[in-house]
Amino acid sequence: MATRKMLTGNYAAAYGAKLARVEVFPAFPITPQTPVMEKIVEFIENGELDAEFIPMESEHSVMAAAVAAEAMGARTFTATSSQGLLYMHENLFVASGIRLPVVMAIVNRVVGPPNTVLNDLSDSLDQRDTSWIQIYVENAQEVLDMIPQAYRIGEDERVLLPVAICFEGIIISHYMEPVEILDQDKVDHFLPPYRPKQVVLDPDRPMSLGQIVMDDTYITEMKYQQQEAMDRSKAVIREVDEAFGDAFGRWYGGLFAAEWIDGAEVVLLTLGSLASTVRAVVKQLRDEAGLPIGFVKLRAFRPFPAQELRDCLSHVKAAVVLEKGVSIGAGGPVFLDLSHCLNRRDRMPLLIDYIVGLGGRDVTFEEVRNIALTVFEERHADSITNPVRWHQVRGL
Amino acid sequence: MINNPRDALFKEDYFHPGHPLCPGCPGGMALRWIMKVLGRDSIANVGATCLCLPTHVYPHSLEIPSLYIAMAPSPAGISGMSAAIRILKRKGVIPAEKRITVFAISGDGSTADIGMAALSGAAERNDDGLYFCFDNEAYMNTGIQRSSTTPQFSWTFSTTKGKVQRKKDLPKIMAAHDIPYVATLSVAYPEDFVRKVEKARDMGPGFKYFQIHGPCPTGWRFPEHKTVEVARLAVETGFWSLYEVVHGSFNITYRPRKRLPVVDYVKLQGRFQGLTAQDIRTLQNWVDEKEEGPGS
Ligand SMILES: Cc1ncc(C[n+]2csc(CCOP(=O)(O)OP(=O)(O)O)c2C)c(N)n1
Repeated sequence: MATRKMLTGNYAAAYGAKLARVEVFPAFPITPQTPVMEKIVEFIENGELDAEFIPMESEHSVMAAAVAAEAMGARTFTATSSQGLLYMHENLFVASGIRLPVVMAIVNRVVGPPNTVLNDLSDSLDQRDTSWIQIYVENAQEVLDMIPQAYRIGEDERVLLPVAICFEGIIISHYMEPVEILDQDKVDHFLPPYRPKQVVLDPDRPMSLGQIVMDDTYITEMKYQQQEAMDRSKAVIREVDEAFGDAFGRWYGGLFAAEWIDGAEVVLLTLGSLASTVRAVVKQLRDEAGLPIGFVKLRAFRPFPAQELRDCLSHVKAAVVLEKGVSIGAGGPVFLDLSHCLNRRDRMPLLIDYIVGLGGRDVTFEEVRNIALTVFEERHADSITNPVRWHQVRGL
Repeated sequence: MINNPRDALFKEDYFHPGHPLCPGCPGGMALRWIMKVLGRDSIANVGATCLCLPTHVYPHSLEIPSLYIAMAPSPAGISGMSAAIRILKRKGVIPAEKRITVFAISGDGSTADIGMAALSGAAERNDDGLYFCFDNEAYMNTGIQRSSTTPQFSWTFSTTKGKVQRKKDLPKIMAAHDIPYVATLSVAYPEDFVRKVEKARDMGPGFKYFQIHGPCPTGWRFPEHKTVEVARLAVETGFWSLYEVVHGSFNITYRPRKRLPVVDYVKLQGRFQGLTAQDIRTLQNWVDEKEEGPGS
């Protein structure tokens, strides 16, 4: 039976992992991820979840143990934040390079200095080149729903890539919301046990994983296979979203959710918890001022839905990205990716980037409204000189 | 089970001939014997060491499943694999009675330097597996640079005037972790080697640590046919000693009848070429002062 409970995003992640019947859970504590770890340990210790918890001595070892456990054929889960995620970096490539569908909850937190437990998306956006699927979610329910989905996506034989479900620390991880805890039997039906056929360490069928090559014979090809798997994962993410919706009555839109796009002249695009605020602003500007503004909630940052966004946004005059992360020296990571996919010879929408919410600085309804109105005024401009805008810098 | 250690050495091979290690490399011998003892129902975690070459450099491989993750975390590989085996046995995916031995092998730099936290973590948790540190006393894979287990006065490309510090005593540190088994090994004493690995294999679950003294002709600068001779002299001079620590109780497994002077060992090796008489006395004092017990 499904039940409803008041849950934080962290507990929602722990429930998601329990529902997915994860088998090995190596972890190391870091704020704001810690309650995910503590809750899963509680599930294991009180017998609600049959799994092995390994209290690792560092995140580097966490991801190594996750790789090893998953390579043995056990469904493996972990969670981390910020400095912990960066500490894993080397082994993130190993998980994806060996094609192991580990799933990780990334509870987003600023990468210091300045050191803080407050949030933005800079930790996970920074991992974009590790060949992990990354899905950003908006609230605790979506966190819970996405953990079983993540396994079904990653374990699909067309994909076999690790998956990160990313949600912001504090604002999602620590605030309570009413969350539906899915029915276990239905989840078992949705997500059968993981019994890998391709990549598995089995003495009866020996294979070496993580090979070293002395010339370039296979490197390009193996990377290209990862690229192809990433490409194929787009369809799988959509299919799994459909299947989940059919089973549980909630659809999230797969790679991204677009609203009010038809006839929109300006589209606001964001990801994570900001989606709730931006959607509300867009709705108000449409309903009350009648402005032709649309909204996109980006969910998959990897695979980046380039072609799909291009199809969605080709008719608009201006697209605005609001993102809680920045590649210093260039612009917001989402903006940079969007720029390449909207690039066209004939006509390209104006593309503007707002760097907001760094370090968890509140992004208010009013602020987003002002951004929307500013860009709406600019929408016919032939070009702009300041596409990347650090919006909330005090004293500027 | 093998009762006579000699029998193990005649068992089948899971380590293939034609490997790409340097001529005279003791790592090939060690790995071959380990494989003979642990057999086909074992799984390897290999760290960044010259021993990657025969195990993981395509198209070379062992004849058992093996995983290379990265330089530091092969102990964590033991943790992840042994946890996976436990849960998969509970769920009946792996038959409960099937014995799978998980082991890791890595170099001294990987073990004593970059992987020290991972090693200590796996040992403190007493995760189930055998860990072999292949101690050739430097970073050899990257072309002979010092590690914390390089002995004092040794030349390497990063200690061109001789290393200032003494060799880190890792077996002693591991014994302090209160794990079921710690042992030192030498390729000059194959029976002692095999007996200890068998003993650890047949113990109950827990973390077992081995350190293999591995004279490296390439890095230590001696002729490649002298590997076993150098290995033996290390033990006969007391530079390296053979012991085991079983559940905390220390036991010398081979005691030279009369210790030879350290100079007999040192003079065969180009890495100690520049040593003065005073340096050799210092090394002799180091050997003499090492009390018996872990690390002697
Ligand atoms: C994180 C990281 N840093 C550096 C390296 C480069 N590296 C590869 S092998 C090696 C030296 C290994 O030395 P040791 O562990 O003593 O093993 P040996 O080669 O002597 O067998 C180094 C530094 C690496 N692979 N990973």
